[in-house]
Amino acid sequence: MTDRISPTFATCREQGRAALVCFITGGDPTPNDTGAMLDALVAGGADLIELGMPFTDPMADGPAIQKANLRSLGAGTTTADILEIAASFRQRHPQVPLILMGYANPMIRRGSDWFADVAKNAGVDGVICVDIPTEEDGELGPALREAGLHFIRLATPTTDKARLPAVLQGSSGFLYYVSVAGITGKQQAAQASIEEAVAHLKSGTDLPVAVGFGVRTPEQAAAIGKVADGVVVGSAIVDIIGEHGANAAPHVREYVASLRTALGAEEVA
Amino acid sequence: MTIQNSLRTQPDEQGHFGQFGGRYVAETLMPLILDLEKEYRKAKQDPAFEEEFQYLLRQYVGRPNPLYYAQRLTEELGGAKIYLKREELNHTGAHKINNCIGQILLAKRMGKTRIIAETGAGQHGVATATVAALFNIPCTIFMGALDVERQQPNVFRMKLLGAEVRAVESGARTLKDAMNEALRDWVANVHDTFYIIGTVAGPHPYPELVRDFQSVIGKETREQILEAEGRLPDSIIACVGGGSNAIGMFHPFLDDPEVEIIGVEAAGYGLETGQHAASIAGGFPGVLHGNKTFLLQDEDGQITEAHSISAGLDYPGIGPEHAWLHEIGRVRYEPVTDDEALAAFQKLCKLEGIIPALESSHALAAVEKIAPTMGKDKIIVVNLSGRGDKDIFTVAKALGVEI
Repeated sequence: MTDRISPTFATCREQGRAALVCFITGGDPTPNDTGAMLDALVAGGADLIELGMPFTDPMADGPAIQKANLRSLGAGTTTADILEIAASFRQRHPQVPLILMGYANPMIRRGSDWFADVAKNAGVDGVICVDIPTEEDGELGPALREAGLHFIRLATPTTDKARLPAVLQGSSGFLYYVSVAGITGKQQAAQASIEEAVAHLKSGTDLPVAVGFGVRTPEQAAAIGKVADGVVVGSAIVDIIGEHGANAAPHVREYVASLRTALGAEEVA
Repeated sequence: MTIQNSLRTQPDEQGHFGQFGGRYVAETLMPLILDLEKEYRKAKQDPAFEEEFQYLLRQYVGRPNPLYYAQRLTEELGGAKIYLKREELNHTGAHKINNCIGQILLAKRMGKTRIIAETGAGQHGVATATVAALFNIPCTIFMGALDVERQQPNVFRMKLLGAEVRAVESGARTLKDAMNEALRDWVANVHDTFYIIGTVAGPHPYPELVRDFQSVIGKETREQILEAEGRLPDSIIACVGGGSNAIGMFHPFLDDPEVEIIGVEAAGYGLETGQHAASIAGGFPGVLHGNKTFLLQDEDGQITEAHSISAGLDYPGIGPEHAWLHEIGRVRYEPVTDDEALAAFQKLCKLEGIIPALESSHALAAVEKIAPTMGKDKIIVVNLSGRGDKDIFTVAKALGVEI
């Protein structure tokens, strides 16, 4: 397979900065608008894209992304729409890593082999599934790896030394560090605890470590970017889409550019 | 039957009942539920834990409750002898308290200083608030905002018992959303909070430990029917939402092939209308709230809203052990509609002077269909899981009566 994820982190490292990972919910506010939002992320300087698959019961998400899920499902977004959004993104942006993020049930509904297959064909590079921990890897992991897709796992403040090897088993692409024990978009962890956690994770893996949950301002992003390989921003972008709806693209682009500048970008394409 | 062939040794070490069950939770919760499992194994080996559990069931809950021969109902239906397991006589009026006692003892062992729970109609919320008061541990109950409106008496009961009731505004604002919100709270407060799940669902080890705590129902029933009739019943029947009263009744009988076991799902307005809560009859396997089981869902895996006149059965899933028992054919699951349950509710009031919960009325409606087809020498036990005082407003409305 063409691996887009490792080269992207490598390039950022060469540029002496952390990668900017941006999340939006697919189909928010409508499936037709998502393409423009994704383009705005790339134009603003996002290095990797997480495309959320909407779900009726987003248990790990805070109010911002819960609402985005409702907007998307309210607009009638289907799994087929998400795959089409992914495929058309891939045509427009051959090099930008694209990751599907969501909950297990929509991913396994038609079988994990089916999902891995269609995701691969749509040009997706990896998958993050919130509610499939290592213990249930068999539900999705083998099919993804068989298709040559990265299964990107989450580590959290409760992932201690004893547990870390289990989390890393079968994970690839990068490691997503959820910096707060909580839901998305709520509060940010103390910088010192993030530094300590990233060091702990890095002692166990060579995978790049991206840090997310609660990152909202360019200053926060810059601080985390000094210690991590990547910074993930989601709820703050989703809030902009919530506020401006179908007209959010320029605002999204502007906000993402502010993050990218803070991470130390000289130029944004 | 040998141990190897026993149906009573599930789940496996990974918490799976066949393909169902498991631990489908966010990574933040994994260490916590592994810890809970370890602590539960230790508690099970600890005679002091069992002793305290039994003491509270006896002195606080009021167990054992009777297995009552319902003579007038039996005569009216004209077939098998019908016995009612009187869970509705427990403190707080339902089987829910059995599980809450067990879980609060675990919370205490684990040194947790805060309790959370989800509730639909408020029965599990009241039972949780009750044990939290008893053990002097602060308690927050998550309840869908719509349910808060519909179940004001229970909301007030919980508050009297010292619990904070948080109305959940997300989704359809019912039980499913309350559970989502409880999980969100738990993930943010893992260090000090114990989540008392009200049914045999959620991530392993919850389906196992809730079943174990509720199995007192079936164990007592077994002893009581042997004493009354000198043999096991021909059929046992219980209603199934998540399925904790049912599994508590069924589990001690799983290895007795001569006992037919029937679970009753809520068919709402009828399976054909799509507005029901019958996950087995109308659902497909999937993953929600930490476990794999039968779920009401669409072709994209989006969870669909359940409907039942009974708030306690109004949930789009079912406990994973039930999903497995259905798949292997040990338990038969039958649908019963709102109307059938309402009729059974009224019949029990008039014939036996017992106001049953609408949940339990579903099981009674199934008895009405089955008993007349059986000989008078046959025996049916039905679990009367709760009392119906909480339901009088709903029933009055359904009957067009103003109170």
